[in-house]
Amino acid sequence: MIRVVDLHKRFGSLEVLRGISTEIPRGEVVVVIGASGSGKSTFLRCLNLLELPQQGEIYLDELQILAKNTDINEVRQNVGMVFQQFNLFPHMSVLQNIMLSPVRVKRESLRAAREQGLELLRKVGLSEKAEAFPKQLSGGQQQRVAIARALAMQPKVMLFDEPTSALDPEMIKEVLLVMKQLAEEGMTMVVVTHEMGFAKEVADRVIFIDEGLIVEEGLPQEIFNNPKQERTKTFLSKIL
Amino acid sequence: MQGLEFSIVLQNWRYLFDGAVITVQVSAFAVAAGLIIGSVVGLARVSTVRLVRAVASVYVEFIRGTPLLVQILLIWFGLPSLGIRIESRFVGGVIALSINSGAYVAEIVRSGIQSIDKGQMEAARSLGMNYTSAMRFVILPQAFRRIIPPLVNEFIMLIKDSSLLAFIGMMELTKRAQNIQARTFNYFELYLAIAVIYFMITFALSKVAGYIEGRTRIHD
Ligand SMILES: Nc1ncnc2c1ncn2[C@@H]1O[C@H](COP(=O)(O)OP(=O)(O)OP(=O)(O)O)[C@@H](O)[C@H]1O
Ligand SMILES: [Mg+2]
Repeated sequence: MIRVVDLHKRFGSLEVLRGISTEIPRGEVVVVIGASGSGKSTFLRCLNLLELPQQGEIYLDELQILAKNTDINEVRQNVGMVFQQFNLFPHMSVLQNIMLSPVRVKRESLRAAREQGLELLRKVGLSEKAEAFPKQLSGGQQQRVAIARALAMQPKVMLFDEPTSALDPEMIKEVLLVMKQLAEEGMTMVVVTHEMGFAKEVADRVIFIDEGLIVEEGLPQEIFNNPKQERTKTFLSKIL
Repeated sequence: MQGLEFSIVLQNWRYLFDGAVITVQVSAFAVAAGLIIGSVVGLARVSTVRLVRAVASVYVEFIRGTPLLVQILLIWFGLPSLGIRIESRFVGGVIALSINSGAYVAEIVRSGIQSIDKGQMEAARSLGMNYTSAMRFVILPQAFRRIIPPLVNEFIMLIKDSSLLAFIGMMELTKRAQNIQARTFNYFELYLAIAVIYFMITFALSKVAGYIEGRTRIHD
């Protein structure tokens, strides 16, 4: 589904990604862990071209999305993104947030978009909030709306950049639950998170990134219980 | 000291009132045209194309760095030397004020757009919207609410600045006061009177601005 080959990303003289290669098959849930500043967000943002890497290849199915002639907007329709800060559109109701892109980008009819929107809201447990505005919702509810909004484009892959880091503890669970449900439905997911419980329970694979390189990757049990690399051990000892 | 004759103001109230109407008209035309110029230039200021940005900022910097009076004189007395005839003082005044206001409105538009969290643009783009759609449906509607109050302030500034049009003989409020003074020499009474009239107009507008600001804050 996604194949990344030797990805390099620099900000000025700072080389943030220094040659990342990995493959994510359809339906796999990958959790990316690593210290602050190690390049996790940058890696994720390269996958939907919010950042343009200087070197390397990214394949989405057979499409090399870094090729000059790729339609960036079309790629992004297939790659949903959920942000730490939710980034809901504050001037629109919850339902309008979800309907906007299907209507304006995919040219779906209002009726179809509305039906799908309501269906997605049911799925994330927020049917009764369709007409509410984002600021009337709790953080956890906002993030669930953001997930529904991304799903409305029927992406092939969902990227999550620390989706629960801005949430109060009691709201983290409800968001993780929605994500877990999504994983069970077979969605391909790349999740940057510090929620090790989620990683152990839901991830098919854990990738540990340090200083812009994949230091170690493997099954969650392997990484958490029996890390091979010294740097992985050090990192885990700090967070567990 | 001679006695002050405020009756002179009353005797000429109709003449002054018509001047105030012209003042408001010229400012309203200028703010409308300035809004169009300013929106285009403001968007150009945040364009991804460097040349477009550069041209826009030259315009903004030049206008903001030169006196409005000089701009007015340049357009009214200067352009005819280049063979460009402006049909009336009113049109000349509107042109000068519009070009001036466009630069300030551009800055208002630019800062309105830039005040929107950049996560909004990223969220829109990652939903597959192109730059134009993201601007149109996500950024500008939010920026617009923030732009209205400073725009009304710009309108207020324009009304005050329009008094400079007396220098090219446009028959707006200030020029009319001067015309009466030329006959009667009641400087204090007439200048005080038009000051009060300017104040009443701008005060009313700032109340409107305050009201709109209160209304638009609701959904932010
Ligand atoms: N737009 C940018 N311009 C310059 N430097 C950047 C930019 N974005 C990220 N960086 C730098 O790149 C490095 C990696 O950032 P990144 O956000 O990918 O880290 P991260 O692993 O997601 O960290 P965190 O856990 O804090 O979110 C950091 O040093 C950061 O300061
Ligand atoms: Mg990050």
